[in-house]
This record gives sequence, structure tokens and C-alpha cells, in this order.
Amino acid sequence: MLSPQIIDLLIKGLLDTLHMVAVSGAIGTLIGLPIGVLLAVTGRGELLQNFAFNKAMGAVVNMTRSTPFIILVVAIIPFTRLIAGTSIGTNAAIVPLTVAAAPFIARVVENAVREVDRGLVEAAQAMGATPFQIIRKVLLPEALPGIVAGLTLSAVSLVGYSAMVGAVGGGGLGDLGIRYGYQRFLPDVMLAVVIVLIVLVQIVQSTGDLIARRVNKRNLKS
Amino acid sequence: MITLTNIRKTYAARGGGDPVHALADIDLSIGRGEVFGIIGRSGAGKSTLLRTVNLLESPTAGSVKVDGVEMTALSAAELRKARHSIGMIFQHFNLLSSRTVFDNVALPLELAGMAKAEIGRTVEPLLDLVGLADKRDRYPAELSGGQKQRVGIARALASKPKVLLSDEATSALDPETTTQILHLLADINRRLGLTIVLITHEIAVIKEICHKVAVMENGRVIEQGPVFDIFAHPKHPTTRSFVDPVINRGIPDSLRDRLSHQPGPGSNPVLRITFTGAKATTPVISAISRRLDLDLNIWHGQIDEIQGAPFGTLVVEALGDPARVDAAIALVKENNLGVEVLGHALPANH
Repeated sequence: MLSPQIIDLLIKGLLDTLHMVAVSGAIGTLIGLPIGVLLAVTGRGELLQNFAFNKAMGAVVNMTRSTPFIILVVAIIPFTRLIAGTSIGTNAAIVPLTVAAAPFIARVVENAVREVDRGLVEAAQAMGATPFQIIRKVLLPEALPGIVAGLTLSAVSLVGYSAMVGAVGGGGLGDLGIRYGYQRFLPDVMLAVVIVLIVLVQIVQSTGDLIARRVNKRNLKS
Repeated sequence: MITLTNIRKTYAARGGGDPVHALADIDLSIGRGEVFGIIGRSGAGKSTLLRTVNLLESPTAGSVKVDGVEMTALSAAELRKARHSIGMIFQHFNLLSSRTVFDNVALPLELAGMAKAEIGRTVEPLLDLVGLADKRDRYPAELSGGQKQRVGIARALASKPKVLLSDEATSALDPETTTQILHLLADINRRLGLTIVLITHEIAVIKEICHKVAVMENGRVIEQGPVFDIFAHPKHPTTRSFVDPVINRGIPDSLRDRLSHQPGPGSNPVLRITFTGAKATTPVISAISRRLDLDLNIWHGQIDEIQGAPFGTLVVEALGDPARVDAAIALVKENNLGVEVLGHALPANH
């Protein structure tokens, strides 16, 4: 069986992972959500059509998304140091995680908002709604089930990404698995890390699905 | 109430071809309290035309006046305000799936910044009006198509508009529900004096509730006028193709085969007598046979009701002296009925 020290490390690793995923997910959502909405409403034929903004913002989002995460972590070390004051440790790891999460969330939010029936926007315009009112009262509530599903997907991805930030001393379960399970060749530690990660992802996914179902009023039985 | 003058809408073609004329030379005048129908096949431009009234589509040229206000001259903020007094309902209802029936109806009031208590006082009577008070806290997904359209109607009425625009509001509904929704609209028109502009591709909708109608084809209005006149005397072939199936002005094929343009040996003239309005009850047939000693063989007849006024056609073969037929035609005209010679019936054994 696992020694008490290893169990302590597992608990600490889990808490670190949760900490990194929660903080980067939250900040990523704060940044990604408005960007996603803006991307959706500035597209061709949309509410606030604006090609220049849409293209520029789309390019920035794609740039971050096309960089492999492990390279992104190393590449933005100066930026990480500027924000976190250090480039090592769990708090430092939150910076690259957030930088990766925000554009990912922006895209899933954009997709969810685009899914909203164009007729609803037209109906709101016919009622004399301002663009801001349409976003707040129509697009966001109607896209909510899709947004929740997208955020769940993002959270699961972040759990995966968080395993890589061990490269900059980020801590967490992934780091534990690499250092103890792989480098010290402790297969039982590796197995324990994998099981905890599987359970964690399952819980995140199930919770996300549950919330998405709750907020989805589209398929109610009469 | 609504005056459209010289409306034109042109789209630049993608890839630099000839521009597309979605609307051309449209002049319409819609009176206060009227139910005005616009009919046309898909692609005729009726949907675009309807959307110029609340400027969801802004015309390339022309003037849109609603209740004396020139809509095309308004700023964005003024236009939003003007739209509060123009309700709109849609073919696919366009209800928010995330909101209950009550909250859907409340939406335009929320947008206008009305206080919560007042919203409640406004929405509840509307739910009663459309017969959905018991569905107050249901979501659209739990409602039937007809119920969804009732919510749409209540929502459109929430801001107490003067005009209601209806975009194929019954086209996604079954015939029975269509009739119910049309009756509701007619009832609202009478009770609230609301001006209704509706577009449809179904002539039955026009016949059921419209006072006036405009027929559209290729972005133009090809014929317009009171529904009764258009049904009784359609001029344009497209109008006829809309009107014929519902009022059956034609004659059965078996009789049509006996009909020839030229008089032949032993042929008799065939007349179509049109009865309209109050005169639909004139006993002209018996007057002709009595006074002119002319036998009339009735081929085909139909009495219909359009907008509460009887409308009938009678196709008769006049058996007898051709000179008396002219006198018969004169007699029909004297009675202010419509009459035309459809042709000449050749003998049946020909």
C-alpha cells in the first residue's frame, strides 16, 4: 500500500491541481467569455458586424491556440515572471494555464453564441432592443447550455494541461506522477495519480453535464 | 397608418454581377385598424417588404411612414423607440427557450425598462387574452405550435403597439390551429383597433381575415385593393392562380370540352353571371326566362362568402333565339350584375 507520505503528497498534488485549474479557469472565463461573445457578434451578417475586429481578434486567439502548451509555458516565462513575480511554482503555472484557457474558452463561447437562432435576435431587434440588451437578455441566456458544456470541456482540458506545468515546477498531480511515478520508478504512485485524475475528470464532466441539463429548457417533456 | 412610397431595395450581387432587385416601385397605403394582407409565392419579396415597415430591412430608396413618422429618417435610438409601437410575430415563433411563457411576454417590457410590478400587471391580462393563463410558468418546449404562437402574439401586444406585423404566422401550424390563430388575430383587430399587416402564401388566410390585399411577384406589387374586389375580379394571371382554387370560378372539365370560341352549327352561347355583394340574391335567372322566354340551362354555380359578403358565379347555357341572348345580357347588366360570354356550347352529340 501507499505510505502515509505518498498519501500526503497525493492530497497536496490534488489540491494544487484543483487550485491551478480553478484559478486559471475562472480568470480564463473572465477573459474568454467576453472575447467569445465579441467574436460571435462581430462575424459576417451578425449583430455588430466588424470584419477588422473579428479578423484581428480571431488571429490572436488562433495564435495562442496553435502553440503547443508545453512550448507556450516556456515561451512566455518573461511574461509569467512579470505577472506572478516568479516563473516557478503553482502560482506561476497559473499564468500559462490562463493564457491557454482564455482563447480556448473564447472559441467554445463563440460557437455556443453562434448556435443561437438568428430569429431570436431579429425578434429582439423588432422589440427595440439595443445590441447590449440583445447580448445580455437573449444571446447569453439562450447560449447558456452550450457555454456550460464548453466550460466543462475547458476545465477537463485544463486538468490535462496542468499535468505539464511540472516543467516549470508547477506542482500538482501531473508533476507528482512524473517525478515519483516515472523518474523514481514508483508504479503504484503513478497508478494512484492516474486513478485520482480519472475520478477528478469524471466528477468535473458529470457536474458540468448536470448543470448544462438544468439550464437547458429546450427539450422539456410536456 | 402606414404609407410606403416608392420603396426600392437592391442588393449588390456577390461577385460583381447585376444587382438584385428585391423590391421595386412599391406604393402601399394601409389604413388605421385595417387587416392588410400581402400574398405572394416564396421569393416574391413579401418578407422583405414586411421588414421595411419596422426597418429590420432598410430600403435602398423610398419613404416608410408609420403613424405619421418617417421611419427612414430616425436615429438608431429613435428607431428603437418607434419599434416599441410595432409588434411582430413570426412563422417559427422566435420565443426564448430559456424563458417561461410569462418571462417571454415580459421581455419587451423589460427591454423598455418597465418596473417589475407593472410588468406583472401588464402581462397577466395578456395571458388571459390569448388563453394561456394556466401555462404561465411553462417553457416554450412544453407548448404546442398554436400555444407558442399565442405566446408570440401576447409578447407582440405587450408594449401596446399600434401596428402588428405578422410574418407567415400560421404557416407552421396545422389547418385547425391556423383557423384559431386567425380568429384570435381578427378578434384583437376588432377589440383593440390594431392595424395588422400580414404576409402569407396561403390565400385562405387572406380570405379569412383580411380587409385589403396586395399581391406580390418578383419584388413588385402587381395588384392591390379590397379583398372582395380582388377575389371577385382578379386581373393579373398570378392573382387568378391564387384566387381560383378557393372561389372556383372555373367550370368543370367535361363542360369545358364542349366549349368553343366560335359559334358553330346548333351551338348556344354560354354566359357567366357574377353576383357580388348585396345583389347576389337578385332573381335574375327567373326574370330572364319569364320576360324573354329564354331557357337557361345551368352548368355550374357557386356561392361563396368573402369578408362576410356573398359572392357567386353562375355559368349558364342560353337555349333559344340568339337575338334574345343579347337582350338577356342587357337585362343582366341592367341589374348591375357582371356578365361575360365564355364561349359557345356545341351540341352534346357533336
